Amino acid sequence: MSTAFDHPEYNYKVVRQFAIMTVVWGIVGMAVGVLIAAQLAWPALNFDTPWLSFGRLRPLHTNAVIFAFGGSALFATSYYIVQRTCRTRLFSDTLAAFTFWGWNAIIVAAAITLPLGFTSTKEYAELEWPIDIAVAIVWVAYVVNFLGTIAIRKESHIYVANWFFAAFMIMVAILYIGNNLSVPVSMFKSYSIYAGTVDAMVQWWWGHNAVGFFLTAGFLGIMYYFVPKQAGRPVYSYRLSIVHFWALISIYVWAGGHHLHYSALPDWAQTAGMIMSLILLAPSWGGMINGMMTLSGAWHKLRNDPILRFLVVSLSFYGMSTFEGPMMSIKTVNALSHNTDWTIGHVHSGALGWVAMVSIGALYHLIPIMFGRKAGDMHSVKLINVHFWLSTIGTVLYIAAMWVNGIMQGLMWRAVNADGTLTYSFVESVEASHGGYVVRVLGGALFLLGMLIMAYNVYMTVRSANKEVANAVPAQA
Amino acid sequence: MLDSFWQGWILVITLGSIIGCGVLIQYTSRGQRKEETDETTGHNYDGIEELDNPLPRWWVMMFWSTIVFAVAYMGVYGYGNIKGFLTVEVDGEQVAWSSHNQWKEEVQTFEQKIAPLYNEYAETPIAELIHNEEAMQTGQRLFKSNCSVCHGTTAKGARGFPNLTDDDWLYGGKPENIVQTITHGRQAAMPAWQSVLGDEGVADMTQYVRSLSGLEHDAAAAQRAAPKYQQNCMVCHGAEGKGNQLLGAPNLTDDVWLYGGSTKDITFTLKNGRNGRMPAFNEIWDTNTDQKIHVVSAYVYSLSQKK
Repeated sequence: MSTAFDHPEYNYKVVRQFAIMTVVWGIVGMAVGVLIAAQLAWPALNFDTPWLSFGRLRPLHTNAVIFAFGGSALFATSYYIVQRTCRTRLFSDTLAAFTFWGWNAIIVAAAITLPLGFTSTKEYAELEWPIDIAVAIVWVAYVVNFLGTIAIRKESHIYVANWFFAAFMIMVAILYIGNNLSVPVSMFKSYSIYAGTVDAMVQWWWGHNAVGFFLTAGFLGIMYYFVPKQAGRPVYSYRLSIVHFWALISIYVWAGGHHLHYSALPDWAQTAGMIMSLILLAPSWGGMINGMMTLSGAWHKLRNDPILRFLVVSLSFYGMSTFEGPMMSIKTVNALSHNTDWTIGHVHSGALGWVAMVSIGALYHLIPIMFGRKAGDMHSVKLINVHFWLSTIGTVLYIAAMWVNGIMQGLMWRAVNADGTLTYSFVESVEASHGGYVVRVLGGALFLLGMLIMAYNVYMTVRSANKEVANAVPAQA
Repeated sequence: MLDSFWQGWILVITLGSIIGCGVLIQYTSRGQRKEETDETTGHNYDGIEELDNPLPRWWVMMFWSTIVFAVAYMGVYGYGNIKGFLTVEVDGEQVAWSSHNQWKEEVQTFEQKIAPLYNEYAETPIAELIHNEEAMQTGQRLFKSNCSVCHGTTAKGARGFPNLTDDDWLYGGKPENIVQTITHGRQAAMPAWQSVLGDEGVADMTQYVRSLSGLEHDAAAAQRAAPKYQQNCMVCHGAEGKGNQLLGAPNLTDDVWLYGGSTKDITFTLKNGRNGRMPAFNEIWDTNTDQKIHVVSAYVYSLSQKK
């Protein structure tokens, strides 16, 4: 299969590699997620083993789903889209191959060091300094390759999807390097150069923009290509894409302060975090509107195109979580939601409902093309549909369980008796959360099951594509 | 406090970003169509075209309202050194809002609300208050959130932390003793005797201490230590080892051992001393302090009165 499916003009090899690894890392990351969700429901599953314990596997889960699964999806689609919409081959095949092998080597290094307990302890930035340096190098190679491709484009204008990809990768480079600046004390231990509240603010400057740029801007790039492609309709409004792009990328960097409400962070910075988060509502919804309205005149296609369903439902979850986010950033609401499972539910309505589902939709469109077939021509459309329902039901179960748990925890923690004493001890709120934790395991397991079905469907598609190629060769001769 | 440069800087970049959004909306909507259209911009990227539709009106309104809200919020709550219009009441005075002042106001309001209840409890002597079931529930809740970390939820204590449910009291078990202990805390001071007694002296004294409570011991060693006990230990623990509640010196003749009664434990205590500390709650609670101490003291007193 190595050269049989190569495109005469474009570099499809790196797209194909990243597309397949997206499925692989998705299964790995989500399987770890299901395990740690089960550990919260049944703590015996920690097995009294340090490298199997929740504390070490939780960062493995987040790194695997965000950077291994999400990252591979972004590499695959951005490399594909930038070539197609610029009508030119990638700037450098060597850099492309370097980013593929480099990124996967980093993922393996993360999968080894995190369970061993090596961590910088910064959320979504747990990797220790040698791996951070590797990430920075690979990432800069990616930026150079992507922007280089835009520089040599044959199309006079730059398509919206590429704006979003470019903003995402430049900002992630700045934020990742900025937040991870640290003083190494040994091969696998370093200390942040920031201290106290400043460290917390820099951490959430990065943390929230891992959401804003990595998981939002990047995936909006995916949306802007695959939704109009799969729907066969023009994008709703060019004008809207201009406003929401510039507003989104200039306001998102402000929002991190809302993670530190009612903390030692100065009041003005908390205020900035809150008001900018509220302003973000409209720019975020601009992307949803542009995606949704692109379907006007093509809604009937939803009836028998499960790939389009994935894309449209992902936009719905995107719209919902970008409404929920600004609401949770309001200090009064945050006083209830902070540190509860509501936050986890919010993150997953974005991560499962938006990021994973838009990626899955894009992959079902893309993978057949990578193996010489028509867009979306997978082995089984019926299985795509099964996957769609498993993902949707799984996500809804997950977030509903976390809403119930989160609001309940928030209310229990703040309940006071007439004598001023707390009504509930902390452990009582943990006990009361058990039911929600079990439902979450179920939701996550359904989502994972969908990914396994996808893996089977992809395998069968590749197998029959290989057979077709093998059969076609003698005919040509 | 921010100095004037940084105050100016945060204002400029914050308002600049917010107003920039407004400028962006106005600039982009210039010359846009009035109605929805099927016309495209003429671009075509890999088959994807873009319609020349105007910005949705409801969306623009929503955008503007968040911008207005943001600026208004800054005015109400202040920004950096600039105080907002909103005030809160702290110590009976109206002061500008800050999260710290908001917290103070909330705490003070709440403490005022619960004060009558605690004042009522405080008027009842402890020996009587233990029969008031509601007061005891309050006492138990105060105990659980403030005392149980060391003394356990059942108040039975732990190694180094006294059991509060028995009849053995280091500093006295009368209501006034308990109030005194909780209010001002206690600092135990068992000195380290290694340098005075030496290894053999400590070993002998261990046997002597064990003999006081009738535990298995080496009678000859205990005999050797007896005079040294009268020289060094008697001052606090008394000639017969019955302890002294004024000093918090434990009774050594009973079977209650705060740090263990094994040869090893007693040797360790003698060699290194012990410095158990009960924190002072008049430094921890700053409102309704005496009243709360009264209720929780009654609860602790009640634990050893039950039979």
